Amino acid sequence: MSRNHVSKPKVEKIIPLKPRERMQIPRHAPIEQDPGCRINNFSEVSDGFNVELASEEALRCLECNDPVCTKGCPVNVDIRSFIGLIYQKDYQGAINKIRESNYLPAICGRVCPQESLCESVCLVGKKNEPLAIGKLERFVADYEINTGGFTPPKVDESKGQSVAVVGSGPGGLTVSAELAQRGYAVTIFEALHEAGGVLKFGIPEFRLPKHIVDAEIDRVKALGVKIETNVIIGRTLTIDELFEEMGFEAVYLGTGAGSPRFLNIPGENLGDVYSASELLTRVNLMKAYKFPEYDTPLKLGKRIAVIGGGDVAMDAVRTSKRFNPEKAILLYRRSRDEMPARAEEVHHAEEEGVEFHFLTNPVEIHGNEDGSIRAIECQKMELGEPDEQGRRRPVPIEGSNFMMDVDTVVMAIGQKPNPIIQQTTPGLETSGWGTVIVDGNGSTSREGVFAGGDISRGGATVIQAVADGKQASRSIDTYLTEKRMEEAPVQN
Amino acid sequence: MYVIHRRTPLSSAITALEVEAPLIARKRKPGNFVIVRPTATGERIPLTIVESDSERGTITLIVQAIGKTTQLIHTMKEGDEFEDVVGPLGEPTPIENYGKVVCVGGGVGTAVVYPMAKALKAAGNKVISIIGAQNSDTVILEKEMSAVSDELFVTTDDGSRGIKGFVTQALGEIMERGDDIHSVYATGPLPMMRAVANQTRGSGIRTVVSLNPIMMDGTGMCGACRVTVGGKLKFACVDGPEFDAHEINFEELIARNKNYMNQEREAMETLKQEHQCQAG
Repeated sequence: MSRNHVSKPKVEKIIPLKPRERMQIPRHAPIEQDPGCRINNFSEVSDGFNVELASEEALRCLECNDPVCTKGCPVNVDIRSFIGLIYQKDYQGAINKIRESNYLPAICGRVCPQESLCESVCLVGKKNEPLAIGKLERFVADYEINTGGFTPPKVDESKGQSVAVVGSGPGGLTVSAELAQRGYAVTIFEALHEAGGVLKFGIPEFRLPKHIVDAEIDRVKALGVKIETNVIIGRTLTIDELFEEMGFEAVYLGTGAGSPRFLNIPGENLGDVYSASELLTRVNLMKAYKFPEYDTPLKLGKRIAVIGGGDVAMDAVRTSKRFNPEKAILLYRRSRDEMPARAEEVHHAEEEGVEFHFLTNPVEIHGNEDGSIRAIECQKMELGEPDEQGRRRPVPIEGSNFMMDVDTVVMAIGQKPNPIIQQTTPGLETSGWGTVIVDGNGSTSREGVFAGGDISRGGATVIQAVADGKQASRSIDTYLTEKRMEEAPVQN
Repeated sequence: MYVIHRRTPLSSAITALEVEAPLIARKRKPGNFVIVRPTATGERIPLTIVESDSERGTITLIVQAIGKTTQLIHTMKEGDEFEDVVGPLGEPTPIENYGKVVCVGGGVGTAVVYPMAKALKAAGNKVISIIGAQNSDTVILEKEMSAVSDELFVTTDDGSRGIKGFVTQALGEIMERGDDIHSVYATGPLPMMRAVANQTRGSGIRTVVSLNPIMMDGTGMCGACRVTVGGKLKFACVDGPEFDAHEINFEELIARNKNYMNQEREAMETLKQEHQCQAG
């Protein structure tokens, strides 16, 4: 045996097919609602895999000796092992395996951009389409929800120290689950009336049903984590009070980036111009799609233009489409290749009849006498040199302005962190963009205060928030362990 | 949680509610507001905190039944609970001893001006107040305003109480007296605040108004409450709710606030039908 094999013992393959046979099986498509049907409802677009599809898809895994998919995952889920368990029909075992690395599998199986993470490096993808890892993750997560097979993981003996987690989005939930398992008493403070953060107010029901989010939150609570809603840290309580009056020994800031950006163009404050945050919060959190059964209304016109090219823009335009307009239009100033949105969401939007206009930049929103919107004036763009991130920069074409007949405009051009905590916490350093500055371990400039996800990144993904939360929970554990040692009474 | 301890009718459509909210009561300063949601299917709406009692752990809110949500709140009884109350929100009113100030409340806006007047009086200011209402039934907090003011004017549109006319008439009289007014604090319907701003603009008297635009989360997240102040985009929930009245683009704000009138009407119709069904 070569030395390589000594350091990496070959793991026995359990699927009885030759690699060539596995590679020849085509990727299985999930069960989905017909586009013509689903634009009339808010039910989930995809039903995912059933047992048959999942079993057949699992056969495609090459069971690599050195699984690159795990390295492609921001939280290093042991993908090979959980797929093997699916092949062996041990679905509960598979979900337990995932939960060792990621406490929110039913959520991440649905909203992770797998095509640019685990699936992008999958070796099956070299010759065929990659293994549908995300759909398999979702399958076992849903299996557990449907069968009620969840038993809370073992929780360490109490450490006698408590941690405050600010925000109940994916990052806050992850930190809480990790630290509760290590024996810390965790309380989450949530500003809104429901826990879940962006998973509740931002991501639509048709992509991430809210009962799924609640199921995952219940699993976090099952570890003993307390959730206090209607508490705004920075207003109702300050970070200083959490430490000095309430006895918390560490604080994690996972408040995300929820403050909408605007283009700063004329006409942007007309009544029928929304931020995507407002549109999505009205529909997702406040259930405006059930008005008047629910009291929160949403006023949308017949020709709706959504500005932006990310996942939030896709969510906003697809949500708009479900309010039965004549047209739901997406305007993006670069071309399709530069769109940051997930490929699956772009594909779904196209299937649903969303009209895409690329290289189109809004310059003014024109109103009528009564304050309604008459049209949006746009400028054609062309692609110039790449910017710092390597995306080609859009350059306006002189004299190319044209009018587009719309009556509702939604701005989905990005969010920045809410400034309340930064303004009310002395000693907390922030960047010029309003993000909280953290080191590689998630520590902020303030002792005992840690942060991660969009509050420090400005706008990333759910799985990045989960990964940051895992990193920060390790740092918090180390910090509190040292603190415990220092404060422990000297023996003898 | 959020139990109504005391309900006091102030007029046929305006009610004061003392609500249990100890964490908010402890922190609240004049100028702060809360977001409330009366029921689990309800809307989130902002309401100014009129008074707070940190020992009793309560805050006092005043609500006028206009739309469905305010109508629901108006009919809540002692012992009933709000589904959610969150706050205190907004930047508090900066309070100093400026000298002489005028506090103007129009309609239910008097409930917003009262805590400012009280704090300004306590800080040593000479406070002249004006309460404006449509008629004698809708004059609220007269006794309370009187207690914190050196001088109080009441105006009604129909003359059924006090001076017949708008608050601007009383303000005009005060300004004509040549008093050295340092600041005017005004809150009421948008057209009233715009009229006050126009009235004081020429003399350059500092004029502060508290805005109550459409709002959802109250933490700077939805952008529904955006308003142009001095040519810059501001969110009333986190940058306000108080702004320099001379810098506000009132036309834009008035147009934005009308946006949901049809939906409001639909919601009210549903509420009426529900009541009829229950009655029948």
